[in-house]
Amino acid sequence: MSLSQSNQALDILLCEDNLGDVYIITNALRESQIKYNLNHVTNGEAAMAYLQQQEDYPTVPRPDLVLLDLNLPKKPGLEVLQAIKSDPNLKAIPVIILTSSKAEQDILKCYQHYASCFVTKPFDFEEFASAIKKIENFWLNLVQLPPKFAPHGSS
Amino acid sequence: MEIVPIRPPVEILLGEDNPGDVYIVRSSLTDSKLHHNFYQVNDGEAVMAYLHQEQGYQNVTLPDLILLDLNLPKKNGFEVLEEIKADLKLKTIPVVILTSSNAEQDILRSYQLCANSYIVKPSDYFVFFQAIKNIEIFWLNLAKLPPKLVSNSN
Repeated sequence: MSLSQSNQALDILLCEDNLGDVYIITNALRESQIKYNLNHVTNGEAAMAYLQQQEDYPTVPRPDLVLLDLNLPKKPGLEVLQAIKSDPNLKAIPVIILTSSKAEQDILKCYQHYASCFVTKPFDFEEFASAIKKIENFWLNLVQLPPKFAPHGSS
Repeated sequence: MEIVPIRPPVEILLGEDNPGDVYIVRSSLTDSKLHHNFYQVNDGEAVMAYLHQEQGYQNVTLPDLILLDLNLPKKNGFEVLEEIKADLKLKTIPVVILTSSNAEQDILRSYQLCANSYIVKPSDYFVFFQAIKNIEIFWLNLAKLPPKLVSNSN
């Protein structure tokens, strides 16, 4: 049990346009022992607006964790990843790539751009749910996520 | 469940100077059904020598996953992390910080230096053992690790 995760709810941002996948992820996380809020955007531009608290998202919390699909409308996931990791205020947020791709080029590019990890969505419904459980067990139960209120511009 | 190796063994490098912690990590991984090779070095300079295949490490394979303590002799974990993530040949290797520190500034600094995940070593032996199992399930079983780079370009 990690300190910053014991009291406050975690804010998770899911960037995913496939509603079937959103349903599986939401459902798999439902039984979690950890308090969290799952927020959801369906394209890459909305992901950036959310993270930068612009446009429709002026009052949203800064996410503690991002789940990012690669094949997103408007702005591809890889560009969203690059934008996060080149922004000093956002770069500490862990980004989990969750994609149907298992292409070596995609895996390599994501790690080159400092994705925290790369997970390929299983085709099978139950395996997909089990993969989300493993993500939960590792990222929500074991890992210490960055502190909620990162001091501005600290390095 | 049968695990059929579809790729060469996963190479794991542990940068850790505490023999008790090395023992726990090693024995937890030894239990694993997963085909892997485990290597351990005691200080930060040795981690970098290993990764650059220098000074006694000329014949080692680049690891697929690095478990890194922060409080290492000679060169601390932050410096090691920073060097790895700035090196074109090494930056894709996932680095999991495994430390006794739960200080917010250490957590933040590690993520800002592009650590792939940050784990505080549990003080209880059994819980520590389980944490390593959890790392194994996530990183060696679920996550796709980066493909091995063939070229030596830097």
